[in-house]
Amino acid sequence: MTSSPPALSLNGLDGQGFALPSGRQTLVCFVKEDCKTCNLVAPLVEAFHRRLGDSADIRLISQDSDGGLAFRERHDLSVPVLSDAGCRTSMAWGFEIVPAAFLLDESGAILNRFEGFVKEEWRVMDAQLQPKGAGQTPDIDWTSYPDWRPGCGSKHLDPDMNDRLQAEAEGSPLRARKINIGQSDDISEFMFDQGFSDGLPLVPPTPERVLRMLRGAGRDSQEIIAVVPPNMAPATVEKIAINAVMAGCRPDYLPVVIAALEAVCTDAFNMHGVTATTMGASPVLVVNGPVRHRLGMNMQLSALGPDNRANATIGRALRLIIRNVGGARPGGVDRSTLGSPMKITMCFAEWEERSPWAPLHVERGYRPDESVVTAFAMTSGPVQIVDQESRAPDQIAGSLGLGLEGVFLPKMRRMHTDALLVVCPEHVATLTSQGDYSKERLRARIQEVTRRPLREMLADDRSGAGLSAAAAARLSPAQLDETVSKFAGPSNIHLCVAGSTAGKFSAAFHGWVTGAMGSTAVSRRIETL
Amino acid sequence: MLTILDPTDERVPIERRITPRTGRISGVIGLLDIRKPRGDVLLDELAAILAERAPDVEVRRYQKPTFAKPCPDELRGRIRDECSAVIEALAD
Repeated sequence: MTSSPPALSLNGLDGQGFALPSGRQTLVCFVKEDCKTCNLVAPLVEAFHRRLGDSADIRLISQDSDGGLAFRERHDLSVPVLSDAGCRTSMAWGFEIVPAAFLLDESGAILNRFEGFVKEEWRVMDAQLQPKGAGQTPDIDWTSYPDWRPGCGSKHLDPDMNDRLQAEAEGSPLRARKINIGQSDDISEFMFDQGFSDGLPLVPPTPERVLRMLRGAGRDSQEIIAVVPPNMAPATVEKIAINAVMAGCRPDYLPVVIAALEAVCTDAFNMHGVTATTMGASPVLVVNGPVRHRLGMNMQLSALGPDNRANATIGRALRLIIRNVGGARPGGVDRSTLGSPMKITMCFAEWEERSPWAPLHVERGYRPDESVVTAFAMTSGPVQIVDQESRAPDQIAGSLGLGLEGVFLPKMRRMHTDALLVVCPEHVATLTSQGDYSKERLRARIQEVTRRPLREMLADDRSGAGLSAAAAARLSPAQLDETVSKFAGPSNIHLCVAGSTAGKFSAAFHGWVTGAMGSTAVSRRIETL
Repeated sequence: MLTILDPTDERVPIERRITPRTGRISGVIGLLDIRKPRGDVLLDELAAILAERAPDVEVRRYQKPTFAKPCPDELRGRIRDECSAVIEALAD
């Protein structure tokens, strides 16, 4: 009795593809490296291949993650080895035990199928696989083979793999490994034990919650959004959704989390370095555009602080993805001396409507009606800048500049380091009390008020940081008297507006190393539904 | 039972925390027969060995109603309350 097998189209170790039907008599044998019986039959399949050459298609199909490389080398095989590392073909062909051998005729119909090893069955196949017109080829010493050997469970039936393959076959968007937690286990404690947490309790990512979360983005759950450092692990929309559930996000936050992850997983942002630095840098996320209102993000009273779900959980979701998918753990690749609460979450929205300037995202090249998240790598903040007395625009701008003196150390100047200045509405009001006060003018004012003679940067008894005596000796007195500003250039100063209408308190985030050696701020458009 | 989805890149197997092993035999030892065939034979042998080698140990015997279903919470709780350690005879 013959039957047609499911489709088969696989690539081999030699780069050659193979598909059925091939138009020739065919033997395919599924194997895995750690199965003793698969290793027993490998020389038999090799002998069939050597005997028949190009007159039949003899193929081994490896279920191993290396595509069968180790198996081929162990047995010095010339028979082509195809890879079914994902086990999709194994699943479709429906056997349970390897080795699983299928003998097919020229039309691709199955003549015979065997699982495990029964010598008599394989001897029958031996007889069927003889060159036409020739007698029996005595190339196999059957006396050296046992009568019978059980095979091993096929890899596609391993619980982890089978769940995923089943989900795939059923068209489910959920392919992540399922973890069953016993009734007597405390779910919260279990998730702590597994190391999934940033130190705070997590919302259990049940399949139902993850499905709801996925609907917030409307994207293919298996689309890979980013390759996440430090482990360079692919983050699918599904993995992002799982972590967003755990962080406490609502489904409509998911597009912001996706865009934030895209932003930080770029070469420019350098999430690996931001994670690894002993200085303790963190992503600081600023959200602009219409999405701020749709999600109810906080940009006013306590904008940088607690109690707003979107602000708190979007930042937290990003952190959970970096640690759970990317593998960043304190003591592992995360080597921050002190860490920072910003590493848990730091996300807020700009109060564009209260700003006299073009919003941050428009300044960075986006349209006002686009929703955008911008990621900055910051090491400190928010540091309050207090000035309740200044009434003149240049005075308050001067105070904002003086408030930035502390970046790294007050004596350090001409720094290739970014700062993100969050100007509060009352300071904005003072700045614009006599007419326009552009961002360019504010940046210039900051650079102006922070100018100091270079000689103030010299290392001395008060502080050994700064220009060394040897470096100073190479400079003339006139050069040492030259004044330098806090920042290498005005572009290091980023500006946005947030905070309540009462209170003359702006704040600054202090950057890390800016540029190719460190991190550059990156913006990404938020693809909302 | 609750099912959650793995938030990691799945390169590390899920590990479940087990109770620390005591490293010695003392107190009350429970012998749990899950009702698989001949499980009682194995446990009889173990009980005899314990009686001979650890005469100070008290052995208590327990049986699940059926091997085909999880241990009832009531029985699990009783074993937890009454025993210092439990030996379960699994499979055939």
